[in-house]
Amino acid sequence: MFNVEDVRRDFPILDTEVYPGVPLVYLDSAASSQKPTSVIAAMDDYYIHYHANIHRGVHRLSELATSAYELARQKVARFINAPTTEEVVFVGNATEAFNLVAYSWGRTNIGPGDEILLTEMEHHANIVPWQILAREKGATIRYLPIRDDGTLLVERLDEFLNKRTRLFSFTGVSNVLGTINPVTELVEAAHAVGALAMVDAAQTAPHMSIDVQALNCDFLAFSSHKMCGPTGIGVLYGKRELLEAMPPFLGGGDMIRRVTLEGFTTNDLPWKFEAGTPRIAEAIGLGAAVDYLNHLGIDAVHAHEQTITQYALESLSEVPGLSLLGPPGSLHGGLASFTLGGVHPHDIAEVLDKKGIAIRAGHHCAMPLHQKLGIPASARASFYVHTTFEEVDQLTAALHHTRSVFRLN
Amino acid sequence: MDANIYQEQIIDLYEHPLNYGEIENPDFTYEEDNPLCGDVIRIDVRLDDEGRVADVAWRGDGCAISQASASLLTEEIKGKTLDEVKSFTSEELLGLVGVPLSMARVKCALLSLKVLKAGAYGIPDPGVMRTHD
Repeated sequence: MFNVEDVRRDFPILDTEVYPGVPLVYLDSAASSQKPTSVIAAMDDYYIHYHANIHRGVHRLSELATSAYELARQKVARFINAPTTEEVVFVGNATEAFNLVAYSWGRTNIGPGDEILLTEMEHHANIVPWQILAREKGATIRYLPIRDDGTLLVERLDEFLNKRTRLFSFTGVSNVLGTINPVTELVEAAHAVGALAMVDAAQTAPHMSIDVQALNCDFLAFSSHKMCGPTGIGVLYGKRELLEAMPPFLGGGDMIRRVTLEGFTTNDLPWKFEAGTPRIAEAIGLGAAVDYLNHLGIDAVHAHEQTITQYALESLSEVPGLSLLGPPGSLHGGLASFTLGGVHPHDIAEVLDKKGIAIRAGHHCAMPLHQKLGIPASARASFYVHTTFEEVDQLTAALHHTRSVFRLN
Repeated sequence: MDANIYQEQIIDLYEHPLNYGEIENPDFTYEEDNPLCGDVIRIDVRLDDEGRVADVAWRGDGCAISQASASLLTEEIKGKTLDEVKSFTSEELLGLVGVPLSMARVKCALLSLKVLKAGAYGIPDPGVMRTHD
């Protein structure tokens, strides 16, 4: 287990005062995590010492940059236990990964009357690309419901999966409810009816170990910026035979083997899906983020978050009028979403901000879920490797203060 | 400048909104939401024979700033002509709200004015009011 005070020294931004004399309490890692010095330094090092374009250059800097870019891919492949680096495609973010699959695999494999199964707790990134596809192809989207406690109604899967289902795409961990879903079971259920399974790992990869071979998922997507890495890069994992059969997504340089005036042939995996000069610095930063999480130990990261989350759920449940969303106990990932009486979440966030506490307020890119819950918005505090018990206490105290500002006492 | 935006007036209006409700057979009504934060406001206006605002009511869900602004705006336009309503400025409304707002919260404060002006200019009501209670 790591020492949180040591970890905090790795994140220079935690020394920031958001207002004079008001230090930052960053409880918004689920939206985007802060970056340790090692990640920032790795990107600086590239820009200062060996920046060049990759894959085509013959000169020394290009060779160094190419090696660093491909080394980052190896680190990511090991991090999720991908069988080969060919199955690890760098994209802009998890959202782009979903769009890539919807555009490339979807347009080849989805037709009229086909069904795509999602769940009621999905982020817009795992809804809208399928809606665009379904509209174009005359396919149907279905949503596996959630229970009142924020867990999926897994026992009703049979009603939602059938021979017409081509894909079941679902989140590993809900970004609003915190629910940790039984991914292996969901993948198996999809495969049992001959459908593919895609996992939204945006809220999983930063917090717990992923083994794509054990999960046996067909596609898996996550973003770098939620796991200590830079913005602008994400990962699509896909099984090799699927990626090989898929047509290219974006066309341009790097994704081709040969171009003539009449046409082109595609490059090998994974570069077939990486058109144009890629996110070189970002990939290197992501590689450093993977190193950092490995250095802490991803199981220790998860254990720390579980401890903090349990403490937060208990502390928050004692605030009068506060309603927690999502399941209790060990099924809850590193966040706590809630409403507080009739106080609008933006008002809660504003009061907390004046105390230096950064939380997220709104629908968290999950409007259908909030409609299901019957609330326009919610407030979310999310925790990471640097979160302390004292910060949770500050959050709880600030919520009591919010109650008094809005005269709820 | 007091950085606290939740001053007496705002919280008073949050607890006791002015002109909250609806008007039967309004001369115009309009509604809009701010999907980013879930604020939604509808405003009904009835004009008198001289074309002045005789009655105005609003309803909706939202943060204290958007709600206070709707109360203050509807109070302010009573008796104004349609042209005066159309020429009412964002700065005037922010002046009425009277607390320092960040860029993000200015949008909350101005939602009611956006709704009112859309109605005043005769833009067809989208009519998609979704309340969450």
